[in-house]
Amino acid sequence: MHKNEILINANEIRNTISKLKKDGYPLLLDITVIDYLEYPDVTPSRFAVVYILRDHTFKKFITVKAFVDDITLTVDSISDMYYSANWAEREAYDQYGIIFKGHKNLKRVLNHHQFKGHPLRKDYPVTKRQLCTQTEDLMDEMTPLLESYGYNKEDHEDLMFLNVGPSHPASHGTIRNFLAMEGETIKACVTEVGYLHRGFEKACETHTYSQVIPYTDRLNYCSAILNNIGYSKAIEDMLGIDITARAKMIRIIIGELSRIIDHLVCNAANMVDLGGLTNFWYLFAPRDKSYTLLSKLTGARLTNSYTRIGGLEFDLYDGFEEDLNEVLKDVENGINDALSLVEHNRIFHDRTQDVGVINDEFAISAGVTGPNLRASGVAFDLRKDAPYYGYENFDFDVAIGSHGDVYDRVMVKFEEIRQSIRIIKQAMKELPDGPLNVNHQGVLLPDKKDVYGNIEGLMNQFKLTFEGIKVPKGEYYGYTEGANGELGFHVTSDGTGTPYKVKCRPPSFYSLGAYSRIVEGGMLADAVITMASMNFIAGEFDR
Amino acid sequence: MGLGAESSFGDSIITTKLDHAVNWGRSYSLWPMVFGTACCGIEFMSVVGAKYDLSRFGAEVVRFSPRQADLMIVAGTITYKQAPILKKIYDQMCEPKWVISMGACACSGGFYDNYTTVQGIDEIIPVDEYVSGCPPRPEAVLDAVMRVQEKAQRESVLEDREKREYKGILDA
Repeated sequence: MHKNEILINANEIRNTISKLKKDGYPLLLDITVIDYLEYPDVTPSRFAVVYILRDHTFKKFITVKAFVDDITLTVDSISDMYYSANWAEREAYDQYGIIFKGHKNLKRVLNHHQFKGHPLRKDYPVTKRQLCTQTEDLMDEMTPLLESYGYNKEDHEDLMFLNVGPSHPASHGTIRNFLAMEGETIKACVTEVGYLHRGFEKACETHTYSQVIPYTDRLNYCSAILNNIGYSKAIEDMLGIDITARAKMIRIIIGELSRIIDHLVCNAANMVDLGGLTNFWYLFAPRDKSYTLLSKLTGARLTNSYTRIGGLEFDLYDGFEEDLNEVLKDVENGINDALSLVEHNRIFHDRTQDVGVINDEFAISAGVTGPNLRASGVAFDLRKDAPYYGYENFDFDVAIGSHGDVYDRVMVKFEEIRQSIRIIKQAMKELPDGPLNVNHQGVLLPDKKDVYGNIEGLMNQFKLTFEGIKVPKGEYYGYTEGANGELGFHVTSDGTGTPYKVKCRPPSFYSLGAYSRIVEGGMLADAVITMASMNFIAGEFDR
Repeated sequence: MGLGAESSFGDSIITTKLDHAVNWGRSYSLWPMVFGTACCGIEFMSVVGAKYDLSRFGAEVVRFSPRQADLMIVAGTITYKQAPILKKIYDQMCEPKWVISMGACACSGGFYDNYTTVQGIDEIIPVDEYVSGCPPRPEAVLDAVMRVQEKAQRESVLEDREKREYKGILDA
């Protein structure tokens, strides 16, 4: 299914990837593994590792696949070439048990330390639960890290070890940062995730393609619809379905509204961490109004499940445009009010400028995408670079920063809200009439009139409900611009109505992987606002 | 305006039952400790926000320190990795304390019936009120807070709360 997939031998991984890196593929998007144990076709071995890379123009991507030797289950690590491979390889080890030779710290990342086995292997039962009785102390990671910075074991007494999270007001969810402090300065930081790992990928393998949509809501729950769109688009591309012009335009409108809400939540929470509670009220009032609009449209405030494979659940309701205009006006007022408090505020500037700086080269090596990367001055936006749904026809700007600090990230998000409003206004003007959903038997449920009226309709309803949409056999990587960056879904189909495997490429997993290196050397209070500005969403990075 | 002994002290004194006075104070100044892990945590922000405004019920003083709080609101999925932390924080809260389990995941694991998700936080800690929904609407959370208030009004300071029998999967 892929035209841009290359298949190599496992011993060529390092050579091939380093050649690709030289040839202009600086961004390692994701590493995943496919377990072919129950796959209908015969494969050279049970496991294959898949590397997904994006080129320097950001327009093209390539996947590299290699089958892993069944006995050793070992491949060479590329974590010295790409920073993002560090956590990506750890996850592949954790979930599938593939060993990456040369990786400095190959330990579990999502599952807890008392966990036995590798849950995403096909022979791991989905409901086999394992108790965790206590939390790890993380000194196994901290001691070598401190050693690499020149601190011996004897120096440990001069340092203060501090846990920030996993239940901490500044941890925005369930992130645990284990810090070694010297006074107020962070000397070393170890990040631990997985506290909200709730088995998204395993759940996908036991549900039909349509049933996965509600699970995608709960990845980045601040912008659920953008996940719905990303997933549905990947499956539609696999099916070779081109959704209707109206559905595309509505997806753009509601998707951009979700982006606005996501950025509002992030900036509002960041301002609270900075001590500016008033901004929170200013930004949350329009957010609540947009939730009212969304619940009118989709029936839910937060977890909307609005898309269907092949279209959307509902068309826009009567009076949607007036409601939308009111929401957009409120959003504009909200950000103007919030900015009037901080834009020229000396305290805000001192607190955020040159704090939590992400260098552009490091950001790309770490797989940071989206607003965080744009704030570092790299104009990578899939809506411009690899446009879909006709984003190329819209007049909007990509906001970029110059320093990559907290200030830039806050301002880039504010500007992106304004640009999203521009897109929505243009889309509402151009909104075409016509059918909402594709007329494609075997993809969308038939009209109720047909279900009750004729036998074909009834059968179609039954088959779709029980067996699901039959997606052609193959592997596919689909991507969209999520609120946090490149949101990808690597889907493997065995031709049945249930995905053989779904791997989500969560943008904030990679941003969070880079976080510890960003805050080291800074102050603790700065680490808090750096975290808030990077918008880590636990549902997304832990899945 | 009192009767009996009160009348001789004027308007400055009222008599009441001790339980009544204590429960009145407790139920209208619940300090929540929000154990927000996932989507429900985001929805809880709306509960505290201007539109739904938890402060109307005297429960807006959100504490992130368990020692200062008496109402734990578990908002979100609890995984096996998270479970020991939930228990530790619950244990750190002083009596009297109440627990609201907010949303499908906290109540029963929700639709995450798999290897990593605890199938309901009542396997780990005792729960007073359950709120359905994925996530619940803010009104439903307000309703649960009101139910806890009613519960608090029925308690007695003479009863030892510690004696309640509960044994979770992490209690050795």
